Amino acid sequence: MPVLWLVIALLAIGAVGYILGRGRALKSAGGDIRKLHSLPSYYGWNAALKALVPALLLLVLWSLAQPFYINNSVSGMIGDSEISDGSNRGLVMAEVRRVADGLDNVVAAGLMSAENAQDGLADVAAITQQLKDAGQVVTSEITQPVLAAAQRYRVMKGTGNLLMSIAVIALALAGMVWGVKESHFDFWARNVVERGIKALLIAAASIAVLTTVGIVFSLIFNTWEFFRLYPAADFYTLLEWAPSFSGRGGSSDLGILPLLWGTFYISVVALVVAVPIGLFAAIYLSEYASPAVRGFAKPLLELLAGIPTIVYGLFALLTVGPMLLTVFGDDGFGWMSGGRAVMTAGITMGIMLIPFVSSLSDDIINAVPQAMRDGSYGLGATKSETIKQVILPAALPGIVGAILLAASRAIGETMIVVLGAGAAARLSLNPFEAMTTVTAKIVSQLTGDSDFASPEALVAFALGMNLFILTLGLNVLALYIVRKYREQYE
Amino acid sequence: MTNASIIPPGSAPEPRHGSLTTADARTKKRNAAEKRFRMYGIAAIAVGLIFLVVLLTAIITNGKSAFQQTFIMTEVFLDPAKLDKKGDRNIEDIKKVSTFGYTPLLQNAILAEVTDRGIETPLTKAKDMKALMSASAAAQVRDMVIDNPALIGLTVEFRILASSRVDGYLKGRVSRESVARDKSIDAEHLDLTDALREAGVIAKKFNLSFITGADASESRAEQAGMGVSILGSLFMMLVVLGLSLPIGVAASIYLEEFAPQNRWTDLIEVNISNLAAVPSIVFGILGLAVFIQFAHLPQSAPLVGGLVLTLMTLPTIIISTRASLKSVPPSIRDAALGIGASKMQSVFHHVLPLAAPGILTGTIIGLAQALGETAPLLLIGMVGYIASNYPDGIASGFLDPNSAMPAQIYEWAKRADPAYYERAWGGIIILLVFLLTMNLIAIILRRRFERRW
Repeated sequence: MPVLWLVIALLAIGAVGYILGRGRALKSAGGDIRKLHSLPSYYGWNAALKALVPALLLLVLWSLAQPFYINNSVSGMIGDSEISDGSNRGLVMAEVRRVADGLDNVVAAGLMSAENAQDGLADVAAITQQLKDAGQVVTSEITQPVLAAAQRYRVMKGTGNLLMSIAVIALALAGMVWGVKESHFDFWARNVVERGIKALLIAAASIAVLTTVGIVFSLIFNTWEFFRLYPAADFYTLLEWAPSFSGRGGSSDLGILPLLWGTFYISVVALVVAVPIGLFAAIYLSEYASPAVRGFAKPLLELLAGIPTIVYGLFALLTVGPMLLTVFGDDGFGWMSGGRAVMTAGITMGIMLIPFVSSLSDDIINAVPQAMRDGSYGLGATKSETIKQVILPAALPGIVGAILLAASRAIGETMIVVLGAGAAARLSLNPFEAMTTVTAKIVSQLTGDSDFASPEALVAFALGMNLFILTLGLNVLALYIVRKYREQYE
Repeated sequence: MTNASIIPPGSAPEPRHGSLTTADARTKKRNAAEKRFRMYGIAAIAVGLIFLVVLLTAIITNGKSAFQQTFIMTEVFLDPAKLDKKGDRNIEDIKKVSTFGYTPLLQNAILAEVTDRGIETPLTKAKDMKALMSASAAAQVRDMVIDNPALIGLTVEFRILASSRVDGYLKGRVSRESVARDKSIDAEHLDLTDALREAGVIAKKFNLSFITGADASESRAEQAGMGVSILGSLFMMLVVLGLSLPIGVAASIYLEEFAPQNRWTDLIEVNISNLAAVPSIVFGILGLAVFIQFAHLPQSAPLVGGLVLTLMTLPTIIISTRASLKSVPPSIRDAALGIGASKMQSVFHHVLPLAAPGILTGTIIGLAQALGETAPLLLIGMVGYIASNYPDGIASGFLDPNSAMPAQIYEWAKRADPAYYERAWGGIIILLVFLLTMNLIAIILRRRFERRW
């Protein structure tokens, strides 16, 4: 693992820089610490930071850019004629990488000589056999261009890694020398080090922005790619969802509407379960309950929020579904034909959202000023009349915000619908029928498929884009409402 | 001035009849409404708590049986004529004997148990015993023989796994009705199982290999365990901890202590609060597009899973870290600045150590959240294959394909054999034990170290 060793080497250089920088500063002051501008350790840190930070940054950037660059230049070696029907450049390149990795592993295990692995005239069939014998994953037959590309790939990767190591270490040494040279008793080391640390802090804070940028770009690029292969008008207006994986493109119907309907329906069922229960629980806990009851019931309810969604998914699939089926199935009302249904997923999701609604509403109800309650009691209203006619109207915007946040959670929830809602996209009004959602389809279109060229896989990014916009919109709206409401009473 | 002048004549309320101390109809109605409203609140809390109880009971009743497994205790004669034909105990020759060579020995051994005890059964052939034992039993015996070739020729006591149907019968999952439609086992086998259980040959024992073992193929539910995916989760959590703690703390320090009020700061703040609400599956899409599609990191690797979960956990950690930095009173900062510390020194030497317990608590809660997250892992390929190999080192632990606890549970829930459902529930118990432990540590840390100013 060369990167690990490289990092260790960098740390060693940093440590040496620290010792040298500190020592040099002390020496320049003749060993008298009072003559130094800063504490001695700052001179050390100055050298260490100058050695480490630029070098580590280069290491990260290089490791991100190198595969991208190699991929592009190697993929130029493969002519369009080499790409068979039903395949594409991405798949061929994946094969090239597999062969290259296979060769690496085989050489590392000593089963093949390094010259043999790089032999441009080597017998393709023999190499395929050798790789297979060594237990490497390769497809049935490596073609000559793929082998050549793989060999080129290995060469470029080897040179790239070597160059990277040299460049990174050289940069680190240069930084160290610079830092050590600066160490002199009248050098303002503390100020420089503090400026450097502040820059690092800013960089860390900016990672949040970078993440958003990453999300937006990865969604936009792939969605764009999808809309080039599949008309956007069809995507937004078709009432059918019927992807076909056999024929690539063309024959698939990929309409988002049935998925949005399923998402919407399940979320509504979930909110119908969660909002009354959550809201009444919050009212009781904040207005009626004694501290003892509150201290007991609130954490228990919030326990529901700490349970991972996979648990709720399994609960929907194996407990709620069969339970509903005994009541509404063929033995009961006969409305339900299978355990997976809108109701199954909706009720389970509702249970998950109860603590979410209740703790948010609790905060909001508690924020209503006591003076309003006192005024109402003073007029002779009972507690429930005060709640209904004074507190709830006052808290209404905040509660609406909380419900919107819960709705956004419900729309983005994945595991419960993947396990509990079914896989068939349907536009139906019967809540006991299986339907599917945007998130469930993202999972089913992207799992197990490493090829991102077909519209059937790319559609997941378009779905993700719509999901992202929908939940973001709901959140921004909800936060705006909540914030505006808070300001009202502050 | 009298009140009478305000009330228009004719609309005056009915004058009260009777005493103030006895409630009239209207008061009674209002009091009833009050009581009703109160009951709604109690009912809502009761319903919520009932859901919690139902959920926990479902988990425990369905999952506890996964920690027990049916074993067959039998003495197997390791026949040298079958296992080592040349008789010179050459390890290479012994390795050449595949599991097919061991299966008849095991079948004979079980048949011998049956005939020795004089159990009446229509199943008299050795082959009939195949349905009782797991397909993995032969491999288990073979591994033992290869480890210790001196065993050949001896009669050794083995505890081999029973087949998942037998196991299901003992646990009540497989009934005689369901067996009628099952090709792999007959009612006679169940009779024999009953007899052998009474004889003490077949028994349910605690199943450690469910916690430490590897996943098994779809047809060998009795062999599957969580061990490898627990390791996968562990490596993922190491990545999350190693990245999100320093980055999160650095970001919070900047935002809370140094950031000037400008557009960039506002943008960062808005971003963090929005990222906290982005559905987790979107982070999965990000991971797929950036780490796998663009940077070509290995698919299904805990490293990639850890990176995705880091991005997902960062907002949580930043929000809780900022709260604990904010709770350190400004007088501490002022005192440090007053005796000549720089701003940076006041933060790193005084504020940060005082905020550390709060930061740690927030980090542990963030990690617990990340540990239970499944959806992003599905997209980066941590399901759909069998996590059957332990990583053979630190590097391969981070880079080799692996599963994670929630992904493993999902994988089991998807499999057709109901025997896997029990495993999935059992897996959830293990997962919840981990989460509970982490949360308890967080609570204890908070109780022990938190300071109220």
